[in-house]
Amino acid sequence: MTRGDPAGAQPPVTGGPRGAAPPGKPRMVTSAERLRRLLALVPYVVSRKVVGLAETAAAFGVSERELVDDLNLVWCVELKAPEPYCPIDLSYEGGEIVVSQAESIARPLRLTADEASALLVALRMLAEVPGEGSAVARVIAKLEAAAGAAAAASAQVSIQIDPPNGREVAAQVRAALADGRRVHLRHYVPGRDEATERDVDPMRLLVVEGRTYLEGWCRRAEGVRLFRLDRVLDLTVLDVPAQVPDEAEPVDVDQGLFRPSASDERVELELSAAASWVAEYYPCESVTELGEGRLRAVLRTPDTRWVRRRVLRHGEGIRVVSPAALAETIRADAAAALALYD
Amino acid sequence: MSKRRTERLLSIVVLLLSSRRYLTAEEIRAAVHGYPGQYDAFKRMFERDKDELRDLGIPLETGMNNPFDDEPGYRIRRQDYELPEIRLEADEAAVLGIAARVWQSAELAGAAAGALLKLRAAGALGALEAPGGEQRPSGAPVAPGLDDDQQPRPGIEPRLTTAEPAFGPLWEAVRDRRPVTFSHKAQGRSDATRRELEPWGVVNWRGRWYVAGHDRTRNATRVFRLSRIDGPVTMSGPAGSVTVPPDADVRKLVKDWDVAPPRDHEAVLRVRAGAGYGVRRYATSVTADGDGWDRVAVQFADVPWYAGYLASFGSDVMVVGPPDLREAVISRLKGVLA
Repeated sequence: MTRGDPAGAQPPVTGGPRGAAPPGKPRMVTSAERLRRLLALVPYVVSRKVVGLAETAAAFGVSERELVDDLNLVWCVELKAPEPYCPIDLSYEGGEIVVSQAESIARPLRLTADEASALLVALRMLAEVPGEGSAVARVIAKLEAAAGAAAAASAQVSIQIDPPNGREVAAQVRAALADGRRVHLRHYVPGRDEATERDVDPMRLLVVEGRTYLEGWCRRAEGVRLFRLDRVLDLTVLDVPAQVPDEAEPVDVDQGLFRPSASDERVELELSAAASWVAEYYPCESVTELGEGRLRAVLRTPDTRWVRRRVLRHGEGIRVVSPAALAETIRADAAAALALYD
Repeated sequence: MSKRRTERLLSIVVLLLSSRRYLTAEEIRAAVHGYPGQYDAFKRMFERDKDELRDLGIPLETGMNNPFDDEPGYRIRRQDYELPEIRLEADEAAVLGIAARVWQSAELAGAAAGALLKLRAAGALGALEAPGGEQRPSGAPVAPGLDDDQQPRPGIEPRLTTAEPAFGPLWEAVRDRRPVTFSHKAQGRSDATRRELEPWGVVNWRGRWYVAGHDRTRNATRVFRLSRIDGPVTMSGPAGSVTVPPDADVRKLVKDWDVAPPRDHEAVLRVRAGAGYGVRRYATSVTADGDGWDRVAVQFADVPWYAGYLASFGSDVMVVGPPDLREAVISRLKGVLA
């Protein structure tokens, strides 16, 4: 598994199984969903004049058999009055689809407010990433024009990424990515209160949960690492080509950037009402309400140094229930700090 | 899935798109296969079909051909139905591919895929429209509706997540301009309060979702974090009944709600050499203080907050002054031992 610098202080990424079903998998389809598909299928073929069955099936995420069922259904549509006639004529002989008569449904249906907004909100988010070219603005303008009134609701959703101190670094990283160059960076890890220096071969720029990360092959750790850009203290693009080894496995951003692993230490905390936000901020395995706003939170972490710092910060607000050794270490930390004031 | 129902709905769309005049329910029944002869059963079925078509975004209009007609008819105007001409250049299509993946596992993923499919059906992705077949490396994510060679190249991978169940209903409420009610748990409280809100917009700020609007319960402008909404969000009024003030800036509302106070106090600290990077980032001066310590001057905003922050450095940081900050750190550390 790939993980970022075990900074600990990373927000959870909870990718649920929502959204579009994987292509090719049979599933229950309502008649409305199928109608939506049919109304796109006819123009899809019309705009291409002739198109292969296999290619079309893949584009619509259905099997060839399902596609043939769809084509038959469209072909069979018959209006009884005033004179009986079949408005749509098509064939799919030899694995190639041709629509010779599409009547009124030769063009796709307009975008709905949800459809237009999904793309426009995402595009505007992309436009906020430093170093993004002019293409984003052009797509936004074209899409707004095509969506018409359906685009209006998208203005009601807005996305703000990153505190501004990561912006300059983001532009540098994008340049390094575009030119395939190695970078040298100094990176601050609050959970350990340390700054480290390393050479990194950039792989991607990730924008997840409002934060921008450089994903790259770290030559010091010899592994894939994530660096939160607002914690990069300084960065130089080196005059050395980036060499990302074949074994470098990109992080699956949809599975969460910081997944706990079984080898991580299990930490159980009791949080006062004032410190209860801690359970919201860090990925917890479980959270139990104890009444009066108090919580019990269980989490897993590869590095407990950030827990020590977090508990010192909250004083009585956080109590480490287990492991006992960690609780003892934190008491020793506090005692050592207090001794400075004697 | 009912094949006959799909066929019937498709027939209605084709029929009404081809007709310039309004067709009555009776005319539609006469032209379309699959409606029952019995009138009430037909009426019920026809009502459901109309709803279904409108839910899909089909602009089904009701009207009269002339003022002497006894009953209204239906039509679909072609210019309201058809996606206007749109064509994207290669670099634009690539950007759209990245955007379509932003919601990958989130609430609007299906809508993004649906939009992309319509654009592809229109042949809008132009230069990049080519037969698929080239295999992507296994494990690489797939943007629904895009050919393999349109799959965005590595470079940038933005994602939005909507883990909060309140996102879906609040987006619908904002889109349709409807008021909502929900229970809200303020931070650090276990009892929820009931709120009625006229939502003006949803905002993702630093990775978290917020809704801003007019709180009818408190008769004031309010911002709520979606993760603190407890239980279901219900619509409490009809579509279009919320008016968003023209000067409302939801983005700013959320930003101001979560604003960092100005750093207008000064502290002098002793920081162990080679430690306390977080403190040093905001230092106004650093001088060597002997015995492996540095004397560091910093600006800070608020005593309780900064005292907690300094305590988190344990024996690497010690407060010289001001006295209230020093006392606050000491009491925080004593709290750990309590």
